[in-house]
Amino acid sequence: MIRALRQRRVAATLLFLAFALLPIIAAAAGDPYLVIVATRILAFAIAALALDLILGYGGMVSFGHAAYLGIGAYSVAILSGAGVTDLGAHLAAAVVAGALFALLTGAISLRTRGIYFIMITLAFAQMAYFFFVSLSAYGGDDGVTLAARSTVLGRDWLRDDRVLYYTALALLVGLYLLCVAITGSRFGRVLTGTRENPVRMEAVGFTPFRYQLTAFVISGAMTAVAGVMLANQASYVSPAFMNWHRSGELVVMVVLGGIGNLLGAIAGATLALLLEEWLAVLTDHWPLIFGTLLILVVMFSRDGLTGLFRGRRG
Amino acid sequence: MTSLFLLQLLNGVQLGILLFLIAAGLTLVFGIMDFVNLAHGVIYMVGAYLVVSLSAWTGSYGWGLLLVLPATLLIGLLAEALIFRRLYDRPHLDQVLATFGLVMIVTELVEIIWGTSPLLVTAPDALSGSIPLMGPLRYPVFRLVVIGAGLLTAVGLWLVITRTRIGMRLRAGASNRAMVAALGVDIGRLFTVIFAFGAMLAGFAGALVAPILSVDPGMGESVLILAFVVIVIGGIGSVKGAFAGALLVGLVDTLGRSFGPIVLRSVMEPSAAAQTGRVLAPMLVYLLMAAILAARPQGLFGARP
Repeated sequence: MIRALRQRRVAATLLFLAFALLPIIAAAAGDPYLVIVATRILAFAIAALALDLILGYGGMVSFGHAAYLGIGAYSVAILSGAGVTDLGAHLAAAVVAGALFALLTGAISLRTRGIYFIMITLAFAQMAYFFFVSLSAYGGDDGVTLAARSTVLGRDWLRDDRVLYYTALALLVGLYLLCVAITGSRFGRVLTGTRENPVRMEAVGFTPFRYQLTAFVISGAMTAVAGVMLANQASYVSPAFMNWHRSGELVVMVVLGGIGNLLGAIAGATLALLLEEWLAVLTDHWPLIFGTLLILVVMFSRDGLTGLFRGRRG
Repeated sequence: MTSLFLLQLLNGVQLGILLFLIAAGLTLVFGIMDFVNLAHGVIYMVGAYLVVSLSAWTGSYGWGLLLVLPATLLIGLLAEALIFRRLYDRPHLDQVLATFGLVMIVTELVEIIWGTSPLLVTAPDALSGSIPLMGPLRYPVFRLVVIGAGLLTAVGLWLVITRTRIGMRLRAGASNRAMVAALGVDIGRLFTVIFAFGAMLAGFAGALVAPILSVDPGMGESVLILAFVVIVIGGIGSVKGAFAGALLVGLVDTLGRSFGPIVLRSVMEPSAAAQTGRVLAPMLVYLLMAAILAARPQGLFGARP
């Protein structure tokens, strides 16, 4: 256990170091597009990390996490439209809105479990999707193009792609450390306990619902942060951010990387998006290959890609 | 006003019937095998696309519709044998991912074969007119036929489930799978039958509404998620619940969209009412679901939470 944790710390350091060096490599290779792609990867890595917190540790299969991406993205669009361009304000609004939506929908969804929970989170995400589709003031179905990226202390530092990239990286590292702290804490252990056996946890004197809901809210707020970064990266916000396929892709990322170890989610997001980029260059019909790969991975590996590399555990 | 209400009432019933055809198979798959199937919506879509091609091939919509039934049954059997059968004893997460992968594959295949632009198929001439309903109000015959066909299917399904041997096994499987298996019923084969039959119903639904809707690659998704709402409201594994839930969702959605703004106008100024109505109407069914879940987590007719 201790050894696994130490291994994870080394792996995390290496991974984040590689991310930190990436813009320098991109500059040396003369490929600035790489930084833009990598920023997208970082944003999705934050979302996947947030999903892993409830999926991997809480056993809650949320199939509606794209809704929080959209909520974060629309926080940027709506506040910017109202003249508030500060990144701090955007993040705060996204966190509050994401947490509120998670609290309301989570309180209802968590009354159920299993298939019900999957379907209900999906349905609520679809509700949010339709809400933004019919919001004609912000472009409805077509979405809205942002006039500029968020500002920091009134300066437009984020206009530089590399500054945006490092901001996203800083957020990812910070949130990763937060998740490590959460999962290592008493709260995290109770959460893992509710995943393993909610009845026994109840017998020991815990109320699983409270722990699950708290984790769900934290996860929702974190995913909204990812939405803020995604909106800044794309300079564009539309309901397509919260399409249910997005939710599915987030789950795919977490599972690809191996659930329940936080770092796997980040690796999974990186891998899934790189695979998408690569397959999209290869052929227009990349979902065909991606879908096939997905089915094969599910059928032949139970532990995601880390499972493939690690071999089967007893 | 009354005539508009009647018209929308019929439209709501028609949407409800459509949702029932899709949800009926899905709720049994969920209930009996505890299996999450996201790929049900694409079979509905494939049914609609097949009827377009088969109608063109045979020269008649009726023959096209008839041919869609064995075609989607076959697709269901194939999918079950190749993919689903291997995932029954897996966690929900694996089932979600595999069927999600299947959705990606089938949607892409449909786009490759039929293209992304919406296709049309025309109803037979005999059914393309409209009949007087009340005063000057007329209603398209074909929509009435859809309602009638859906209701007939519902009655047939009810007879099969309550009056036949396979229906009895099915009900037993829904309430206690392990016990039924222990009594010597081949639960695997039972599920193959249910799955293929559910796929056929979904394909039938797609083929049935193809002349009313435009056939496009996105048509399966909206319906799939509405079918989930129906199942959650009705209770997993209950065909009766699926019927009640489907009608409820169909009516609330249709009436909410047309009468929401009118009702709001009595408490708001017209422009604000129209705006709010437009935003609220598509959310109504989800709010309905939330309200029912808050009161009864197991759904209206469900046994297990």
